[in-house]
Amino acid sequence: MPSILSNKIGEKAILLGNEAIVRGALESGIGFAATYPGTPASEIGDTFASIARNAGIYFEYSVNEKIALEAAAGAALSGVRSIVSFKQFGLNVASDSFLPAVYNGTKAGFVIVVADDPSCWSSAQSEQDCRYYARMGHIPMLEPSDPQECKEYTKFAFDLSEKFKMPVLIRLTTRTAHTKGVVKYGKMEKGKTRGKFDKNSIRFRNFPPQILETHKELHEKLKKLEELSEKSELNSVFNKDEKAEMGIITFGISFNYVMDALKILNLKLPVLKLGMTYPLPEEKIKDFIKNLKNVFVVEELEAVVEEKVKEFAKDANPQIKINGKNLIPVVGELNVEKVLTALMKITGIKSEFDFEKHLELFKKLKIPVRKPMLCPGCPHRATFYAAKIAGGVETIYGGDVGCYILGIFAPLKTQDFIFSMGANEGVIHGIKKVSDQKAIVFLGDSTFFHAGLPGLVNIVYNKSNPLIIILDNRITAMTGHQPNPGMGVTGMGEDTVSLHIENIVKGLGIKNVKTIDPYNVKDMIGTVKEFLNKKEPSVIVAKRECRLLTLRKMRKEGLKLPVFEIDPKKCKRCETCLMQLGCPAITRENGLVRIEKDLCNGCSVCFQLCPNGAIRVVKE
Amino acid sequence: MKDFNLVIVGVGGQGILTLQNIVAEAALKEGFDVKTSELHGLAQRGGPTPSHVRFGEKIYSSIVMEGEADLVIGLEPLEALRAAYYGSKEKKTVFVFDTWRIVPSSILTQKEKYPSVKEIERSLKNFSSKAVALNASDLVKKETGRVVSTNVYLLGYAVGKKFIPLKKNSIIEGMKAVIPEKYFEMNKKVLELGMKK
Repeated sequence: MPSILSNKIGEKAILLGNEAIVRGALESGIGFAATYPGTPASEIGDTFASIARNAGIYFEYSVNEKIALEAAAGAALSGVRSIVSFKQFGLNVASDSFLPAVYNGTKAGFVIVVADDPSCWSSAQSEQDCRYYARMGHIPMLEPSDPQECKEYTKFAFDLSEKFKMPVLIRLTTRTAHTKGVVKYGKMEKGKTRGKFDKNSIRFRNFPPQILETHKELHEKLKKLEELSEKSELNSVFNKDEKAEMGIITFGISFNYVMDALKILNLKLPVLKLGMTYPLPEEKIKDFIKNLKNVFVVEELEAVVEEKVKEFAKDANPQIKINGKNLIPVVGELNVEKVLTALMKITGIKSEFDFEKHLELFKKLKIPVRKPMLCPGCPHRATFYAAKIAGGVETIYGGDVGCYILGIFAPLKTQDFIFSMGANEGVIHGIKKVSDQKAIVFLGDSTFFHAGLPGLVNIVYNKSNPLIIILDNRITAMTGHQPNPGMGVTGMGEDTVSLHIENIVKGLGIKNVKTIDPYNVKDMIGTVKEFLNKKEPSVIVAKRECRLLTLRKMRKEGLKLPVFEIDPKKCKRCETCLMQLGCPAITRENGLVRIEKDLCNGCSVCFQLCPNGAIRVVKE
Repeated sequence: MKDFNLVIVGVGGQGILTLQNIVAEAALKEGFDVKTSELHGLAQRGGPTPSHVRFGEKIYSSIVMEGEADLVIGLEPLEALRAAYYGSKEKKTVFVFDTWRIVPSSILTQKEKYPSVKEIERSLKNFSSKAVALNASDLVKKETGRVVSTNVYLLGYAVGKKFIPLKKNSIIEGMKAVIPEKYFEMNKKVLELGMKK
């Protein structure tokens, strides 16, 4: 497999959409990259992390997305080509600086990559469409449809950014980010990594009345960008046919579904594929629809383009029938099936294969569901179990965003509400101000640094008394094991200070603080009980490394974790272990409870809670 | 050649992505256009994680359509059954799956029933031309001491039976590109074991 740093022009490699973004940046002479990990954008940062040193560029996992964007903006203002990437909620976090970043403009190319997640495969808080940000932010937006385009559009974005002296937004969706495809390499560019900030430029001072001048300028830039959008090959027609009565407008990942659906129905309809979706090429769209009887707008999530097409049609072709969200869902990602079904409705043509009959047949199978769950030996499971035993059913359990969100499922059920990263401290503060219910909130170590600190300060300052349990598993686990400020290592693998959570919490003036190993179940239950009765806020740092990470480290050293088993003679089949923990390694077969040795990661929690002393370590 | 559609299913952590990447590299070696689709993050934690590989002259969508799979490789029986969505008699889909179960917690706590291999085979009849259940993980464990190479064994079986239109040499090239060097020989042995079955 060719390296992503390969210098061979024309070489073909199979890359993820996310990896292709990185290659595009490298072919653009990037000098600075920052991110906060978030699926579906995580591999952009991870790929930078793995190559930054060799490529001679700077990369960091910033503490949160707002800071990542600010840092990239700072480097770009100083003349170094910069890129920042995050998932859709990352742009929400960064939005406060996103808008001024566009106003401030840039000196060197500055690209912002955001990945939406239709169907919420890895997202808990909302199914949002970031395309609205482009309009609010007055920022040009590009939407690639495959890995090759991910690379090409990134290069185009850097040039566009420098030409217009403003950041450019690239929007991906889960399937663009997580599709692998063949990418043809271009020339690598060695970019600048050192620059200089121009103290005398008035541009960078966002302050009235200058800000109103800049706002006016932005609208002028948008006009010029629209002209560029009209001429750009990024917006072009496939299957050109002047006599066609029907056409399709689409972009991004949906373009692929359209092409496959047309092939299945043996149809050759003209397709206007948009690569630049903000600002839209109004004249090009008008020209495309002016002689059509009907047009079908295929887009995931909200009807952003469809609404504009409806607006343009009032001038260009008021009689035209416009199909879109009347036939394809607003909720969930699209696929060929959904586009095909809509096309069959519009054209009256049927596919050979009877999808409806097939689906009926499939639904009859009634297959038991399999939900995602915490790994065997996960320290979060141990903490949740102890918290539930200590807090009982009356206590409120505030959830947050990370692996521990999986505590939402039975039997753990420790996520009574979920907002956004770090938000549970704010929410529980409000609850505690109006209610006497006992409350525990959980948040991870990375989340604590990301957005948890201000919430905790607010709890101290405005005097409420929840118990905050910081699940310190020594890593950012859910997104693929990225380092965070508590670990003493940077995104480039360099040593740095390791921020000590307990000391930080004590520094905020919180008196009830204890660090506990969650595998010590008795200690955890006792401390939770004690802290729940305090009149002031309290914090437990549940400190234990992510079990997957421990497992990986031990394997490297040729070591094995202990494995537990159930003694069938002592087991009274009470099923406490099975029913209380929901551990994937504990299973039932022919009425007997059993620990699956190939799955057990040896946390010992089941051993500690078995009322009959029937669980023991397997002797090798 | 018509586009070839492969779906690989199992539970997060079973080596689905490794298998996907091997096949994708092998297809590229043979000059095909290729796309894969995978899911990361939340979905990976013990959830069902279907991965798709499509190759042919020109590939647009990376996701295999309902009823359009040529081959389904299942690393877990219940997930093989769930992949019936991608199989059909019309397409003459072939299912190859391992019989080692990872029982979902909902079955244990709500006392649902995990279907037997016989039941799964019977159900898949409506969605395939052939469904092969193999006791692959046990065989692999006996041979290598661990179950991790079960994915490669199942691929070897599919290659040996010509359920996938790629040459053995291309698959081996794909394995070289994807599998760390120190595990390569062991996996090559497992591939050949699968091919001989």
